[in-house]
Amino acid sequence: MNEEKEKEFEPVIVGFFCNWCTSAAADMAGTARLHYPPSIRPIRVMCSSTVDPVYLIRALQEGADATILGGCHPGDCHYINGNYKARRRVAIVKTVLKSLGFDDERILLEWISGSEGPKFARVMNEYTELIKKKGPSDFKYIDSLGGD
Amino acid sequence: MVMKRIGVFICHCGRNIAGTVDVKKVAEEIGKREDVAIATTYVFMCSEPGQKLIEDSIKKYDLDGVVVANCSPTLHERTMRNAAARAGLNPYRVEIANIREQCSWPHENEPEKATDKAIRIINATIEKLKANASLEPIEVPVIRRALVIGGGVAGIQAALDLADSGIETILVEREPSIGGNMFRLSETFPTLDCPQCILTPKMNDVANHPNIKLYTYSEIEDVSGYMGNFKVKIKKKATYVDWDKCTGCGECMKVCPAYALSEYDFGMAKRKAIYIQNEQAVPLKAVIDENKCIKLQFDKKVREGKIKPKKHVRICEKCVDVCDAQAIHFKNNEEIIEEEVGAIIVATGFEVMPAEKFPELGGHYPDVVTALQFERLLAPSGPTNGIPRRPSDGKIPKRIAFIHCVGSRDPEHGVPYCSRICCMYLIKQATLYRHAVPDGEAYAFYIDIRSNGKGYEEFYERSKEEYGVVYIRGKVGKVYKVGDKYRVQAVDTLTGRVIEMDVDMVVLATAAVASKGIKELAKKLRIPYDEWGWLKEVHLKLRPLETPVAGIFIAGTAQFIKDITDTVSEASGAAAKAMAMLSKPKLEKEPLLAKVDPEICAGCGRCKEVCPYGAIDIDPRRHVAVVNEALCEGCGACSANCPTTAIQVVNFKKPQIINMVDVLAEVF
Repeated sequence: MNEEKEKEFEPVIVGFFCNWCTSAAADMAGTARLHYPPSIRPIRVMCSSTVDPVYLIRALQEGADATILGGCHPGDCHYINGNYKARRRVAIVKTVLKSLGFDDERILLEWISGSEGPKFARVMNEYTELIKKKGPSDFKYIDSLGGD
Repeated sequence: MVMKRIGVFICHCGRNIAGTVDVKKVAEEIGKREDVAIATTYVFMCSEPGQKLIEDSIKKYDLDGVVVANCSPTLHERTMRNAAARAGLNPYRVEIANIREQCSWPHENEPEKATDKAIRIINATIEKLKANASLEPIEVPVIRRALVIGGGVAGIQAALDLADSGIETILVEREPSIGGNMFRLSETFPTLDCPQCILTPKMNDVANHPNIKLYTYSEIEDVSGYMGNFKVKIKKKATYVDWDKCTGCGECMKVCPAYALSEYDFGMAKRKAIYIQNEQAVPLKAVIDENKCIKLQFDKKVREGKIKPKKHVRICEKCVDVCDAQAIHFKNNEEIIEEEVGAIIVATGFEVMPAEKFPELGGHYPDVVTALQFERLLAPSGPTNGIPRRPSDGKIPKRIAFIHCVGSRDPEHGVPYCSRICCMYLIKQATLYRHAVPDGEAYAFYIDIRSNGKGYEEFYERSKEEYGVVYIRGKVGKVYKVGDKYRVQAVDTLTGRVIEMDVDMVVLATAAVASKGIKELAKKLRIPYDEWGWLKEVHLKLRPLETPVAGIFIAGTAQFIKDITDTVSEASGAAAKAMAMLSKPKLEKEPLLAKVDPEICAGCGRCKEVCPYGAIDIDPRRHVAVVNEALCEGCGACSANCPTTAIQVVNFKKPQIINMVDVLAEVF
């Protein structure tokens, strides 16, 4: 497995997809047989606003090369305005990561609506390409973020 | 607490999953887990034998949790939960691992990696499931009353349907009379019914129905509560007239010396400061416009200290002298009324963009009017008694240009969408104009004619053949004044010729937008709307009458512009939806809601700040957060904001998600 990995780097990307928009878009992409790398690993959450920044950092710590948070378009949130909260949180996490010298592009926030299956596949492919170029994340080699 | 005997059921879905994912290998790998009692596969898990397999296994292995690896949870989560419930397992101990839409289908070219991913998804789902709690649906009581906001044809229809089924209904309208836009129309396409004739019986039914409480000249002040239990504050605006005494005789209007532009006639006529909205108004009561009434304005200036009060001198009060009923009291009788209802139907309607927004099309000239204004000039009950006259000089126009798609289908100057009704009402107006002015000429400038309703295309053909309306395919570029005529410049896109035409009047089919104040109302109701103010439905195709807030429904053009036929059908549909909800003794809702651990909660209130539903309060005595289960929708915004993990959404708890992350982020 390790040898293979050296041959071609396949970034592990953990996705947090909101139930009403981005998860639906992922279903739609699948139904239309639009291809994207299997290294995208999805978690369905009810709303992008429920994604604690800890989840994103934990994913990077545990080995993911990048994380993506998918929510409804601004104004379309099933829970009125959850996506705005997600946007604020992601902005803060990115700022903090950057100020600590980490690559803040390893966290991506995207609005993908339930009718945007093609966009889902495109975003997954493009983001994977970007992370491939960047190479493996060095975040995972840090034991903890000042915890135990 | 933590599950130890989990059953994992992997679906082949024919070849949809098994054609890519090696389901046997997946079952073997998953079966190695200590907490898994059985991992097996079946060709169609959603089929009856598939469900039977799950039921039998739950009993045989005494399973305490089930993971079904199949399609998207939107399809069969309920099926599988019901199957588990039949076997005596709490349905919330069933989780779906989506290995079709999010694994086998998009990765159909990479079977090995898809198999690995399927194993990983199932392992992550097991990690989440292990800490799932058994839950029961939450029951909330229902108040068997309904509120309808908006007294146009949609609101009238919805209120009548609800009231006829025995539900006490409150109808709120902000204007002095119900009737809305439809009541102002000249005639309706394609049948050419007179809306005053067909709508007045319904309006009178509303006024006289024992189950309808009608509040006109009233607005929604505040809404709180949740499905089945809304509390609504209604502001009755000041009329300065005692409606219990007012007989609607109209004598006051004759003597009043102060004028204003009539809202009812869209500014095409004047009204008095004291006025009854129209002759057939329901209720037939007078109101005083406080901004125009000479006495009220005088009183206001006295109050503000700008003028000294004059003792023993009457300011105007001419209306008082002629009011035999002694109804006019000039007292500010604004009041707030509180009502409790179980369901709300929003039927706030539409308006059109003002002509002034389109100066290149001459919108600032008096004889260039919107189609709704022209409706009043064509209406037999309107200011010109049905024979259109130019607002500028009162002459009968002998040649009119009807311009389609003004602002519609034009994202740069208006809106991107088609306003749907303009083609048909312009066809109707051109027809009616030719009928009223037989020697007049009607020219319609269009991009496409969209006549897709019952009898619509025939109506269009009739306007050409019987009434000689001339249709020119082309967008108008400019309208400007030449003498007392208006010059219309356009390109006929069928012949390629440039057209210049002098006309007496121009009618603009300006784009329809949601009615004024809808965004403020939507915020009070906590329902979403788009950038044009149209209310958002849950699902455009399958749930067009429901808003994401349970218990609040949409009827008519508040959702999007539509014709009267569709508006009335939807109003009845929304009423049926509300009835179905109100006919239940108790309402059930998903128990996947936020829950507070009072042992950890510090009462900081950060959860309360982010809750979009106002579902969280801080108990002042114990100083901990308390969740109102009936209001909470389970979005989880609170849990991400909680600094102590005290507030969590049940079965989406932080440790559960973290465990999933750990499985999925791992590289091997």
